[in-house]
Amino acid sequence: MNGIHDMGGMHGFGAVVVEKDEPVFHARWEGVVRALMNRTAGRYYHLDEFRHAIERMPPAEYIEAGYYERWLYALEELLVDTSLAQRGEDGPRPAVHARFAPGDRVRTRNLNPKGHTRLPRYVRGKRGVVRTVSGPFLLPDKNAHGVREWQPCYAVEFSARELWGEGAGERDRVCVDLWEAYLEEDE
Amino acid sequence: MSHSHGDHEHHHAGGHQPEAPGDLEARALALQSLLVEKGILEPADVDRIIAAYEHDIGPMIGAHVVARAWNDTEYRRRLLADAPAAVRELGYQYPSSTHLVVLENRPGVHNLVVCTLCSCYPWAVLGLPPTWYKSAPYRSRAVSEPRAVLKEFGLELPEDTVVNVWDSSSDLRYMVLPERPAGTEGWSDEELAAIVSRDCMIGVALPRVPGAVAAR
Repeated sequence: MNGIHDMGGMHGFGAVVVEKDEPVFHARWEGVVRALMNRTAGRYYHLDEFRHAIERMPPAEYIEAGYYERWLYALEELLVDTSLAQRGEDGPRPAVHARFAPGDRVRTRNLNPKGHTRLPRYVRGKRGVVRTVSGPFLLPDKNAHGVREWQPCYAVEFSARELWGEGAGERDRVCVDLWEAYLEEDE
Repeated sequence: MSHSHGDHEHHHAGGHQPEAPGDLEARALALQSLLVEKGILEPADVDRIIAAYEHDIGPMIGAHVVARAWNDTEYRRRLLADAPAAVRELGYQYPSSTHLVVLENRPGVHNLVVCTLCSCYPWAVLGLPPTWYKSAPYRSRAVSEPRAVLKEFGLELPEDTVVNVWDSSSDLRYMVLPERPAGTEGWSDEELAAIVSRDCMIGVALPRVPGAVAAR
């Protein structure tokens, strides 16, 4: 979904603020939330479902909420007033044919699904080069909605100028891990 | 503290007001009670997990890995080929739920890690991420103006250095293997690990040799 969580390239958030001597948890409840997630992720929901639950937070709330507040929101969505059914194992990774190989030139599809996706907006419709092949991993776009499909995943390298235009650094690059469904050959 | 399951009825209603910390704590504890009642966890599990993140899982693991790779070419080779196995080789746990890829800084090539969509982070080797890593400024700008972000961290790279930004969008997690700084020849793993900070392994800093130690 084209949500507020998809932040790559957005303007207006200001400088990065570093907290000196930051504790691991700022309050015990943050640790509780982290622990509840540890004990339930993978057993009662997949991480893709967890991420998608966070993405469904109303945008104004998402921006205002702290990190563990978002997690708490998602855990309540997934665990309260639900059947708490254990999900089955993902099973062994099948052998999946990889359509692309390192060095291949690819173009990302211009996909705008209303559901979950891990194709960030800033790399849609862009040309890049496959650097490495990994996976197969479950395709998040389907897995977040209860359908398991294993696909190869590719680290695709984009020049900063392809993504951000002439003003971008000539020698800067961005590598993004992209599932095969997000890619097509670049002729 | 109420542990009734009904106390999340305000939950996710519209008209959001900034939530007081006490409310968040109450909601977290109510959820814990629900899961305890359902037999999904015990309160001791929560304490154990919190203690693990506060004491056992942190950047000292990544720093040890980096130091070993600096001192042992064969280990470095194994680390770059199969990072989870190389981490386990040093006696640490690496979960099977994610994979780890180690990005090698080289002369003229600098790597920087971000997750623009959420906050994916190699917590098994670096511990839990700092707030700035999860913040909107870092997530939005690391991919579009990495050099400006690095400058805010006090790191100014030469113009001709290539900056590779890695947006962790899949099941892969990334950790940077910085270049070994000059002046550390003959140092032990322990001495080397002491100069490898969390920020070096995210890519927003470089290892620095403290003057006093370098002059010995």
